[in-house]
Amino acid sequence: MPSLIDLMLEGRQIQHHAPWPRSMVDASVWNFAGNELAQGRCSLLGLWGEPSTVHMAIVNEQTAQIAVVSLDCPNRSYPSIGMHHLPALRLERAIHDLFGLVAEGSPDPRPWLDHNRWGTRFPLGDRIDALSQASPYRFLPAEGDGLHQIAVGPVHAGIIEPGHFRFTASGETVVRLEERLGYTHKGIEGLMVGADIERAAQLAGRVSGDSTVAYAFAFSRAVEAALQIVVPDRAIWLRALFAELERLANHLGDIGAICNDASFVLMHAFCSVLRENVLRASDVAFGHRLMRDIIVPGGVTRDLNDEGRKIIELALDNIRLRFPALVELYDNTASLQDRTVDTGVLKPALAKQYAAGGYIGRASGRSFDARKALAYPPYDRLRFEVPVLNEGDVNARVWIRVREVEQSLSLIDQILDRVSEGPLRATASPLFEPREGMAIVEGFRGDVLVWLRLRDGRVERCHLRDPSWFQWPLLEAAIEGNIVADFPLCNKSFNCSYSGHDL
Amino acid sequence: MRKLLFESLFRRPFTEPAPSTDDAAITELATAVGLAARRRLGRSLSIREVDAGSCNGCELEIHALSNAYYDVERFGLRFVASPRHADVLMVTGPVTRNMRYALERTYHATPNPKWVVAVGDCARDGGCFAGSYAVVGGVSQVVPVDLHIPGCPPPPIRILQGLLSLLDQTAKSVSRP
Repeated sequence: MPSLIDLMLEGRQIQHHAPWPRSMVDASVWNFAGNELAQGRCSLLGLWGEPSTVHMAIVNEQTAQIAVVSLDCPNRSYPSIGMHHLPALRLERAIHDLFGLVAEGSPDPRPWLDHNRWGTRFPLGDRIDALSQASPYRFLPAEGDGLHQIAVGPVHAGIIEPGHFRFTASGETVVRLEERLGYTHKGIEGLMVGADIERAAQLAGRVSGDSTVAYAFAFSRAVEAALQIVVPDRAIWLRALFAELERLANHLGDIGAICNDASFVLMHAFCSVLRENVLRASDVAFGHRLMRDIIVPGGVTRDLNDEGRKIIELALDNIRLRFPALVELYDNTASLQDRTVDTGVLKPALAKQYAAGGYIGRASGRSFDARKALAYPPYDRLRFEVPVLNEGDVNARVWIRVREVEQSLSLIDQILDRVSEGPLRATASPLFEPREGMAIVEGFRGDVLVWLRLRDGRVERCHLRDPSWFQWPLLEAAIEGNIVADFPLCNKSFNCSYSGHDL
Repeated sequence: MRKLLFESLFRRPFTEPAPSTDDAAITELATAVGLAARRRLGRSLSIREVDAGSCNGCELEIHALSNAYYDVERFGLRFVASPRHADVLMVTGPVTRNMRYALERTYHATPNPKWVVAVGDCARDGGCFAGSYAVVGGVSQVVPVDLHIPGCPPPPIRILQGLLSLLDQTAKSVSRP
């Protein structure tokens, strides 16, 4: 049997798509790809639209081969991938809301991002006027004696992003959770159309605030792939430094926040102090606590000086001094373990099916880490391990974060040792012909995918896929059979992005 | 755990002195905060945070206000779980069309007297998201705004300055005859 990659190469391969191949295929190859996904022979990386085309990125995890297949939709419809492979469902619903392209045969054609409040339908395709009457959103049914529903959100009790959760519970036990997202949809992909590269980079850095470095990194790499820009070595090292500082700060915050949701405030208090140390060091070294707008296409805008280096080393030393005691505290507090062990279990089979990235995948046996699997520079020159556990509970997701904190500390040491002198940014003249680029970067939450087409120095189309797309649906599965009161704990251990998902 | 707690007893606190309040912010507030309302509030504000479509950057920095370095509760500033308990709505983000209704309802669920503090550059006029089909614009397009704290995102110390100026105004007007 021919492999999918072979078949795709038979299609019409698109010139100037880098670094991975993209082919125009017909419906039979498209369906074959859907079937390969359903059989688990490859994983879905992304599925996105254009006014009359759909694109799908897939990866063979054994060989780390990546390819994009594209299908023309002259009749404004395409064969649904979601009917073979459920992880594609919400992406197809989003494509319909934005472009009006119909996934034929989809088992779930309900709207997703479109809440009928934009005043228009299909804003990125052939726009038409919005429906005059919003039909109520149909939540999936749950039937049985004594079931009751709890509706939560979009405005939540804590300082978190907006989204709606519909619980059906039997007594305290959750029978079904259904998410409804899209509240923070800002139309970023619409704003990208026609934007110059500088503005587009700013927008990319504002897709998800906690991953601003990862998004700017991925966007910049996609632009560089499209325009064949060679990034100076010093900038490559500094980018990894920013990315690891971001990972460190987020993981430290998360570990504390998960314990806080189990009412163990002490961990939260101490972890918040360590997180603040990292943010302050970043501020002193690079002029922004979250390091926003520092990675740009071609390189970086801020340099590392001696003072910055010293302050980062100081923050790292402090974490090395204090963090082990916190890990011990976590490990030895029975009342805390009682909440986290065996709570919110995500089965490895589901993590594999959905190609769940980050700590969610790695706590459920999926070892994929873009830094290792794709070894983009400078990670090809760095030594680190990817921690993997199989339990899939809240506890495992905490431990993956703990191990990744340790790995990031070591990575930052190596980077500070090896960062070379030299220029910070390369420039390239814009090309009039279209050029396409793609990049996958490991953010703290998982792999961020950016695909774009540039023409004459402007963005013609840019798609940004947050790791949360493949993690949110798994939260629905992980919470089943748990008590309602454990939802905040499970939710925090997933820590999916609303804004990154809603775009 | 006992060891950690014991150490904390003898270590100097992380908490830093209060920042001086920003003059511009005070002027902005002076006109916004009514005298009678200030009397009722005393030196205490309950804050309900509403993300009306932000990228989550502002939320991270608002969260940081509760860490040991800033420790906002020492100033009587408290984040509450319901708008029904709040004096202040702290709103972030460009208001998305999908969140407009929820923001309006949250505003109406907050009892009078109430103030709205808009946090972040997007909250002023939609920031870099202005003009999108999915975005209404700044917070003031939907609910009246009393104070705006700029930044992308504003660092915690700036947010704290803004909130303290709100309290300062309260205290001053109470001591006035």
